[in-house]
Amino acid sequence: MKTDATAPPQKKKAVDWVTIRADFPILDQEVHGQPLIYFDNAATTQKPRAVLDALRRYYERDNANVHRGIHELSNRATAAFEAARVRAAAFVNARSAQEIIFTRGTTESINLVAQAWGSHNVKAGNRILLTEMEHHSNIVPWQLLAERTGAKLVYLPVTGDIGLLDLSHFDQWLAEGTKLFAMTHISNSLGTINPVSELCARARNLGITTLVDAAQSAGHRPLDVQEIGCDFLAFSGHKMCGPTGIGVLYGRQEVLEEMPPYQGGGEMILNVDLQQSTWKHAPHKFEAGTPDISGAVGLHAAMDYLDAIGRHKIAAHDQELGAYAYAKVSRLKGGIRLFGPHIGRAGLVSFLLKDVHAHDVVTVADQRGVALRGGHHCNQPLMRKLGVESTARASFYFYNTTTEIDRFSEVLGEIQNFFGG
Amino acid sequence: MFDELNDLYQQVILDHCKHPRNFRELDHPTCSAQGHNPLCGDQLKVFLSLDGDVIKEISFLGSGCCISKASASLLTESLKGKKKADVQQIFDRVHEMVMTGRVTGDVGKLAVFAGVHKFPARVKCAILAWHAVMAALKGDGQPVSTENQGA
Ligand SMILES: Cc1ncc(COP(=O)(O)O)c(C=O)c1O
Repeated sequence: MKTDATAPPQKKKAVDWVTIRADFPILDQEVHGQPLIYFDNAATTQKPRAVLDALRRYYERDNANVHRGIHELSNRATAAFEAARVRAAAFVNARSAQEIIFTRGTTESINLVAQAWGSHNVKAGNRILLTEMEHHSNIVPWQLLAERTGAKLVYLPVTGDIGLLDLSHFDQWLAEGTKLFAMTHISNSLGTINPVSELCARARNLGITTLVDAAQSAGHRPLDVQEIGCDFLAFSGHKMCGPTGIGVLYGRQEVLEEMPPYQGGGEMILNVDLQQSTWKHAPHKFEAGTPDISGAVGLHAAMDYLDAIGRHKIAAHDQELGAYAYAKVSRLKGGIRLFGPHIGRAGLVSFLLKDVHAHDVVTVADQRGVALRGGHHCNQPLMRKLGVESTARASFYFYNTTTEIDRFSEVLGEIQNFFGG
Repeated sequence: MFDELNDLYQQVILDHCKHPRNFRELDHPTCSAQGHNPLCGDQLKVFLSLDGDVIKEISFLGSGCCISKASASLLTESLKGKKKADVQQIFDRVHEMVMTGRVTGDVGKLAVFAGVHKFPARVKCAILAWHAVMAALKGDGQPVSTENQGA
């Protein structure tokens, strides 16, 4: 199947979301005696039967180790693993499959860049430009790199509760010795959608390497690394209908070829002597040891599944749910503080009910069958900036419905009464 | 409404969470300690004023969820006037109660926290203030984190 990532927006053909929801066996259950309403999709999404079947098929028919074998099953496993790589390249419109490295997920993808690219390119006094809305996985690897090299981290500020980036010093800071600019595409706790193409272009003009954290966007909208113009892009399979344990690092070929390996071991070498070794070209140079083969097979099925629906349609539906929820809960009587942009937001709402702690909201909602998340969402610096310890968050995916959001809003009302009265 | 939740959010707990008792700083505490739950960002500080071996005054300040605030509030009420040596025993009883639901020995009003064990994610909230008190009495001035205490 071909990706629609570069295709023009599709003609309006209504998607039957109710039928699609039935593809997810896990959604059909009760928790605490109430129908499950799964609103923790920014943490991980559920898996459609197509993905579960692909995993089962792989283990029942094709399982073997990749690359080294000559026997039939090993050939099949290798073919499946490499087919997933080709599929991932098409999914983000990379120039070739050589630009796709399989990792454990976004976190490992970013760590790979911080270690292999960073140690080779970043020197004392260089700057790494990040934003205040980054997930810890796009902060801590750079802190470790800064510690090793003496580089300095600089952060683009976030403009309060509305959650937009303050770009007033962007070009100036880029020009002041910045080596790398890394930013999230969609904020997991604000729902902000950042203008990654524009910002990467401004950085590229100055010869600055760029990385986009696409953890929250890969399963939610079309992605085109050539249009974005980034050097690296990272995402996780489990946040886009795929299995846990598999993720992708896209790297521009020229950049990858210059990088030293990440980890050493089998699979990544050409020749090993007692004192030294030579390694393969990218991407294999960066994939030491037996990879997550079934994960790649499952991710392949997930990408096919998403594109069969159409990522343009998923994005539009997401935004509808996000806007609907935002409007709905902002009308709650007992007082609610909402975070993130008012318009053009991704499919999530982050909020605090007046005088009710996020964890109390989540505990009570859970008893009503509504799975939310409360806490710092791996965004402690952002929480500090907003002057809160935590927020509660409802994050949606295409299988969620406005009826579920109505119920969620009703439950929030009950919670306000319960704690507020 | 919320029958299942009444085990967790008992009236006494709701009352102490909305109107925490001894919610202030002591002027001249003998000892104090900070407690932190990094998972939810809850922060609180307990202050103790000792007269020899007896807890004369005890108070707390901080922010957190309903369970952690109510727990700190009820803790201050139940430890006031107690001997330092008795605190360990009460701590052990409360700890076992919130972990397992079993109440061994007299815990007084603190029995309202027995329902917490059904909500494993909230055990740390109920025990945070207790870790802080134990740290204050140990007197090494180190902040405690629920992540270094096993629960
Ligand atoms: C924006 C963002 N970046 C990175 C990550 C880390 O992803 P993973 O835990 O799959 O490596 C997440 C997951 O929560 C995220 O939301």
